[in-house]
Amino acid sequence: MILSYSIKTAFRGLTTHKSRSALTILGIVIGVAAIILVVSLGEGAQNLILGQIQGLGSKTIAVIPGREPTGPSDAAQIFSDSLKEKDLVALKKKENVPTLKNIMPVVFGGESASYQGETYRLTLFGGTDLMAEIFSLYPSEGVFISEDDVRGIGSVVVIGSKVKDELFGSSPALGEKIKIKDKSLRVIGVLPKKGQVSFFNFDEMAIVPYTTMQKYILGINYFHRFIVESENEALISRTVIDVNQTLRESHDITDPSKDDFFVQTQEDLVKSLGTITTALTMFLAAVAAISLIVGGIGIMNIMLVSVTERTREIGLRKALGATNRDILTQFLLEAMMFTATGGIVGIILGTTFSFLISLVLSNVLGLLWTFTFPIGASIVGILVSGTIGIVFGLYPARKASLKSPMEALRYE
Amino acid sequence: MSIISTKNLTKTYIDGDVETKVLRGVTFNIKRGEFVAVMGPSGSGKSTLLHVLGFLDRHTDGTYLFEDKTIDDYTPEEIAHVRNKRMGFVFQAFNLLARTTVLENVKLPLLYSKIPESEWDALAQKAIISVGLSHRANYDTSQLSGGERQRVAIARALVNNPEVLFADEPTGNLDSKSGEAVIDILQRLNEESGHTVILITHEIHTAEHARRIIRILDGQIASDEVVEKQRRPGDSKLK
Repeated sequence: MILSYSIKTAFRGLTTHKSRSALTILGIVIGVAAIILVVSLGEGAQNLILGQIQGLGSKTIAVIPGREPTGPSDAAQIFSDSLKEKDLVALKKKENVPTLKNIMPVVFGGESASYQGETYRLTLFGGTDLMAEIFSLYPSEGVFISEDDVRGIGSVVVIGSKVKDELFGSSPALGEKIKIKDKSLRVIGVLPKKGQVSFFNFDEMAIVPYTTMQKYILGINYFHRFIVESENEALISRTVIDVNQTLRESHDITDPSKDDFFVQTQEDLVKSLGTITTALTMFLAAVAAISLIVGGIGIMNIMLVSVTERTREIGLRKALGATNRDILTQFLLEAMMFTATGGIVGIILGTTFSFLISLVLSNVLGLLWTFTFPIGASIVGILVSGTIGIVFGLYPARKASLKSPMEALRYE
Repeated sequence: MSIISTKNLTKTYIDGDVETKVLRGVTFNIKRGEFVAVMGPSGSGKSTLLHVLGFLDRHTDGTYLFEDKTIDDYTPEEIAHVRNKRMGFVFQAFNLLARTTVLENVKLPLLYSKIPESEWDALAQKAIISVGLSHRANYDTSQLSGGERQRVAIARALVNNPEVLFADEPTGNLDSKSGEAVIDILQRLNEESGHTVILITHEIHTAEHARRIIRILDGQIASDEVVEKQRRPGDSKLK
């Protein structure tokens, strides 16, 4: 039998019971729409996160103390104390890392800040004046910490907008002294409201010179991070090699596998985060795919009903010369048309929802959300739903094709 | 030359432990171009005989030759092709596709044939004209009367120009006037186009349109005789 006619015949089979067909494909529609939605939103979220990381500039790298985690079970040793002042001095030497433009040591920790009986739990960051440039932190009132503050171990602090609101309310904060770990710190700057920037919410942070943080607040002589800025992006791998070399010399390490520090580039971060978000998206899509199987069972059920209802038609077609194969093809095509239609409607629905959500996220919540049409997921959606049509259509179609023409014609 | 030849044909249905002998040794020959009526009361086995003759069912014992070959000489696909090309079927219940036009219904056997699609419309139109329904070609079958529907079924059976037409109680669901029109067409197809026609019926006035009547009773041939004076359309029912 000619394919175009088979398709026409199958299509007629579907349109005979319009509402029944619509209900039957609903399972597939929901399944495919869910997959599209999950994948599309996953890609959007990934782009958002990665975009913010990349916004930090791909010229910067982070030196982190401890051994590099090799897997989820191997947690990074965050509290390692391997990065010391002598390392900072060594890295700053031009002959060691010629491509280094800037280096900023960082210490941080969760602390309580208090002012006139008000207490607020914040993240305290110890850095240098370079921090303003790296994270685009420009105080709306007052000034940022300066080089002199760092050198002089100044008792000064720059606070985020939420910290200001919590401690001072609407009264002015500039020049006031807040207490952290019994140390009085003068507020010299207040940051504007920024919201979440990559991993940090600067609204809930306070920034002090790292020297002050080390000496008065944490009482330590090591660093949690070195943020290194390379001369330019093209030289970043050179910078990474030199930083590794310098620190190994400084730590008397000859075997790279015994490193007590590791270097993370933006690229590394983007890659590992990309892996995590992709895995998460795939997992959610797999959950959504289960509903496709449920939808497939629904289609099998209706196909079985249809085969029984059309027993006489099957008998007639056989009497007129249809082979078992012709009948099998007809019912299989019908099942596939069910699932393919469901797949297409699902893609349209899923894409529409995803688009609407992206509109809400970008316009109402103000996120830098970009809508992406998930081409890959759409193709997979159509292929999977077509396959489900074959898998769940095969049994009813086979049942139809094996009917004896004489008995089928007698069927009441 | 016989187109259909049976010898001691039997058909036994087995349902659990119960054996039902429907045909018990039927022997006859039908030549090309004959018009034969198979008559008998319901349950006599005449429909089963038609199913066996039309390769819709297999006989249990004896031999059945259609164009000198038995059903076992063919693969299932070839049987379908023989049904498609060599045989045409007309059923009591019309068995037309619902929500489908007359033309599409008549085309149905062509779908399963090797005839190229470009010729389908012309062949279907020709068959529709031969049953006198050209003015109804694009009507939905649900808009037609019973007699018209049966004529569509005949056109459908004719479209592949088969050797043999099997008609299983074609007038059973029709009033006498429409029934007569249907029988008239079968008679003309036999006489003018040379189709072999095998008509199953339980009504004597229908059977008498044929040239030969085989009477079946309890799965056996009770009589096999030539009709002295073939009934013509318009002849009174009371003879």
